[in-house]
Amino acid sequence: MDNALNTSPSLDVAGLAYAYPDGNQALYGVNLQIQRGERVALLGPNGAGKTTLVMHLNGILAAGLGTVHVGGLAVDTEDKDAVREIRRRVGIVFQDPDDQLFMPTVREDVAFGPINMGVTGTELDAQVMEALELVGMAEYADRPPHHLSFGQRRRVAVATVLAMKPEILVLDEPSSNLDPASRRELADILRGLDITLLMVTHDLPYALELCARSVILSQGTIVADGKTIDILCNESLMAENRLELPFGFDPKSTLVN
Amino acid sequence: MKLSPERVILDTNNAHEHGHGVGDHLYVHRHSFVHDLPAQVKTVAAIVFIFMVVLTPVRAVGAFAIYLGLVFVVVKIADIPFPLVLKRMLIEIPFVIFAVLMPFFGPEPRVEFLGLSLSQEGLWAAFGILAKGTIGVATSITLAATTRARDLLQGLEKIGVPDLLVQIASFMLRYSAVVTDDLSRMKVARESRGFSASGIKHWKVLANSAGALFIRSYERGERVHLAMLSRGYNGTIIDLYQPTVTTRDWWTAMALPIIAASIMVVAWITL
Repeated sequence: MDNALNTSPSLDVAGLAYAYPDGNQALYGVNLQIQRGERVALLGPNGAGKTTLVMHLNGILAAGLGTVHVGGLAVDTEDKDAVREIRRRVGIVFQDPDDQLFMPTVREDVAFGPINMGVTGTELDAQVMEALELVGMAEYADRPPHHLSFGQRRRVAVATVLAMKPEILVLDEPSSNLDPASRRELADILRGLDITLLMVTHDLPYALELCARSVILSQGTIVADGKTIDILCNESLMAENRLELPFGFDPKSTLVN
Repeated sequence: MKLSPERVILDTNNAHEHGHGVGDHLYVHRHSFVHDLPAQVKTVAAIVFIFMVVLTPVRAVGAFAIYLGLVFVVVKIADIPFPLVLKRMLIEIPFVIFAVLMPFFGPEPRVEFLGLSLSQEGLWAAFGILAKGTIGVATSITLAATTRARDLLQGLEKIGVPDLLVQIASFMLRYSAVVTDDLSRMKVARESRGFSASGIKHWKVLANSAGALFIRSYERGERVHLAMLSRGYNGTIIDLYQPTVTTRDWWTAMALPIIAASIMVVAWITL
């Protein structure tokens, strides 16, 4: 999409600190670089600041200190045009698809983002159908979103941001509330996308399945960064950060290429 | 793999503290006997006081001055900051605009003022609305600032407001925060897809959002109701917290409307 010569990382967060208006500090200097095409899992206990970090990636929250760059472009909440471009580049899929889907039909919902970016006509139709096909929901284009199953709504939510041709796809708890089949279908879809991906999750097997690299956010800083398999096998690191594997799951027994 | 990053501590001295419980953003926490009075006693006193103000003849200008003085004495005793009360009184502005229009359209006789022909009766009517409205609003603001929302609802139940109405109002209070959160998450999700509402052409999007929010809230309402039924709800919520109300509380609170009633009677006799 963007110029292929652009070699800057998809995401570059440097020294990001943030405190909410009530004085509660959530981020204490986050450093994170994600190269183009990487799939990274962002792990961490509840209250570690994961959602707060995600809100900075597209300029919903303005950094207290530090910087965020997406594909080389700085997130500057003061600069309206830059924010618009940043929001196109960073596609966030929120945890609850109902927060994201509100138009009368799936098609209109998927078109919502591209229209805001000024896309019209046949190009718009093409972008909408392409996004829906990527998530396998093309045949539901004219259905109202609230008539779909939860798994289908999550996939439509993914399509709503894919339609904007983002540089990086950010997923907040993509596997939550999905049945195992929907969970696997979503994994297949995500694996098939040619896109940089940041996945916030508590679902450690899912992280291992999809992301070669993981980082741990704890108490507002990145406290570990490495291969997912190494992190999941490091018992002391896991325990220090309130991370636990599901009963009976042994990461060493899985084959990861 | 393991990192030990430097922690950046932000200066948060200027942060403003957040509110208290759900729906308590109007409540101002202080320790005064106005705060300590039981909610139903305060509510009855405020309502009767407002009635006395409304029943006072418009031309008794002095009486209204005394009423306003009385409200400010209560505000002073309750230790509510005056600027806060004044700021909240801005809610009255629509009525003020209405009142300002009255002298232009009222009947004869007319008076000349700065080249404008104003109806004398209209002027008095405008003064009446302004004075009575201002005192009523100031009284309500004082009541809201000294009484927690949930106590107010319990108080209403004690003075005979139908149980169902009180329940509806308490659910409104309880879930308004939840619905507001839904709304703000939807707003964040919209903005993340490059949308910001700026004019009439965006009303369709906002209307669709409102529709989606309505469906979500409606469905949540059904789920909450089912969850209540599952725990044996049969139409009444039994209140475990029963504050004792003494005769002394009543006399203390009713001092305000009793003074107002005397002033009102004097105003009628002397005019």
